Amino acid sequence: MPPTPAAATSQGPAWDFSDVTHSDASLRRFLHGLPGVDQVGADARAASLGTRSIKTTAKAYALDLAIRMVDLTTLEGQDTHGKVRALAAKAMRPDPADPTCPATAAVCVYPDMVATAKDVLGDSGVNVAAVATAFPSGRAALDIKLADTRDAVEAGADEIDMVIDRGAFLSGRYLQVFEEIVAVKEACARPDGQSAHLKVIFETGELQTYDNVRRVSWLGMMAGAHFIKTSTGKVQPAATLPVTMVMLQAVRDFREATGQMVGVKPAGGIRTSKDAIKYLVVVNEVAGPDWLDPDWFRFGASTLLNELLMQRTKMTTGRYSGPDYFTLD
Amino acid sequence: MSRIDVRKTYKLFIGGAFPRSESGYSYAVNDTKGAFVANAALASRKDARDSVVAARKAFPGWAGKTAYNRAQILYRVAEVMEDRRPQFVQAVRQSEGLTAARAEKVLDEAIDRLVWYAGWADKLTQVIGNANPVAGPFFNLSTPEPTGVVAVLAPQESSLLGLVSAIAPVIVTGNTAVVVSSYDRPLPAVTFAEVLSTSDVPGGVVNILTGSAATIAPWLASHMDVNAIDLTGIAGDTELATSLEVAAADNLKRVRRAPAAEPDWSVDPGLDAMTAFVETKTVWHPIGS
Repeated sequence: MPPTPAAATSQGPAWDFSDVTHSDASLRRFLHGLPGVDQVGADARAASLGTRSIKTTAKAYALDLAIRMVDLTTLEGQDTHGKVRALAAKAMRPDPADPTCPATAAVCVYPDMVATAKDVLGDSGVNVAAVATAFPSGRAALDIKLADTRDAVEAGADEIDMVIDRGAFLSGRYLQVFEEIVAVKEACARPDGQSAHLKVIFETGELQTYDNVRRVSWLGMMAGAHFIKTSTGKVQPAATLPVTMVMLQAVRDFREATGQMVGVKPAGGIRTSKDAIKYLVVVNEVAGPDWLDPDWFRFGASTLLNELLMQRTKMTTGRYSGPDYFTLD
Repeated sequence: MSRIDVRKTYKLFIGGAFPRSESGYSYAVNDTKGAFVANAALASRKDARDSVVAARKAFPGWAGKTAYNRAQILYRVAEVMEDRRPQFVQAVRQSEGLTAARAEKVLDEAIDRLVWYAGWADKLTQVIGNANPVAGPFFNLSTPEPTGVVAVLAPQESSLLGLVSAIAPVIVTGNTAVVVSSYDRPLPAVTFAEVLSTSDVPGGVVNILTGSAATIAPWLASHMDVNAIDLTGIAGDTELATSLEVAAADNLKRVRRAPAAEPDWSVDPGLDAMTAFVETKTVWHPIGS
């Protein structure tokens, strides 16, 4: 159990971390007071959960669930409107040959492509997620990051994937990171009173230790993130099973302490169906079955979807499928 | 004090690596007199699946090499086989029960067969390609292109000469191969895999599975990412051959049908084994003035 902030003893419905977050010193005290992560133990636990055998009907369920959890992503400098339209069409009907195949959760694009994606997706139920705040490095002035965010929300983005300032985090300026997340969250507000969901990308490949991953997870959740996300996909290593497990422990503990649920999104490097199923096992075992839902767990991926579709086709037809039968993207 | 035997358990050859079977099973291989020789990995359908993925990945690079380069690489395989003569001779003797002199002769033929196919790499196009006469101001050129990933059920009896005669014509034209070796006589195939990995053949171009063709072949025949299948290894098993041909029809695989009995591998093989796994590409090009 993490140390409980003083306010946690009161019975208020909303959680108040103001005594923790009112100064850099108190925030640092809180984050460094979190129990350390046993790195060898975390690696071993993640590896052992990865050996679970998921077959037949459970596998069919897992594959469909994983497809529903995919944030189909294209974040390339060479992206065109045509490519984004094709990707959005694929998100709605991943396998045109099989109407029982579910749609993906969202399409993830750069802010200038949001309108294009929204145009295709309409009210299909597939969300548009936009990366913002000077993705992927996060190296820009705050007002530029906020303008970037507002621009994406205005264009119709349902979800915003922001990056934190890793430089500030690593040099211990936690309050700066915290306030930036709070400011971006405010920028996610829409005129109709609703608000785009905020996913906070930590770029765990740059954070060096699992202790840092646990700290940054709490920092992001206290700042009001709806989702905490491992990576941009532009830095190696991207998502790994142990890192995702540490983040899942954090959201579980956060709900225990505050009653609020926060989602988790590993992104980058998840390429095979087998990998995806391993993540689902870890979600179920570490955070619990409540998180086995596209509202609370997502995969940031592009090539993974075809792999899932091939496995799904193998399950339904009884023969191995091949990449020739799915779109190249 | 007598020395304790080193009892060997050989592994599969997939994507240039030597993994154990995904199933974890292996089986005992005996010589023709029934004495234990070694254990071989018993490949499962998942090993076949992994092999197809490896072969597919290797295909563009292998097909994209110049024919001359493929010839050099096949010749290199023959060279390395020559270096391993004693090991091959022993494997053939144990597997086929031949005398040393007969086994030497089989090995000679296998190496010569490889050199012979290596020579065809940059000549096949000249023989079966064509500049077609057309009624217009165009060059019209037909050339053979590799079919893709080819599943090869290697002969059950001729464990080395038959194996080489089945693999070489498939890869020389630029295809990549998933090979199921002879079940009772897998050791020459295992040694051949070691030769491939130490010559210049890129990983994944040839993948060798030791195990039962009857178990693995249905998965390869129905696999949508396999472009062709050679059924030579199940010669005489009409029932299995028919069911594999039916499964292969789903994605219009090219099928080299199973013969009624295993052919005599020592005769000149002709071009059939190569032409069975190529596609004819025809290009029209304006002549200009």
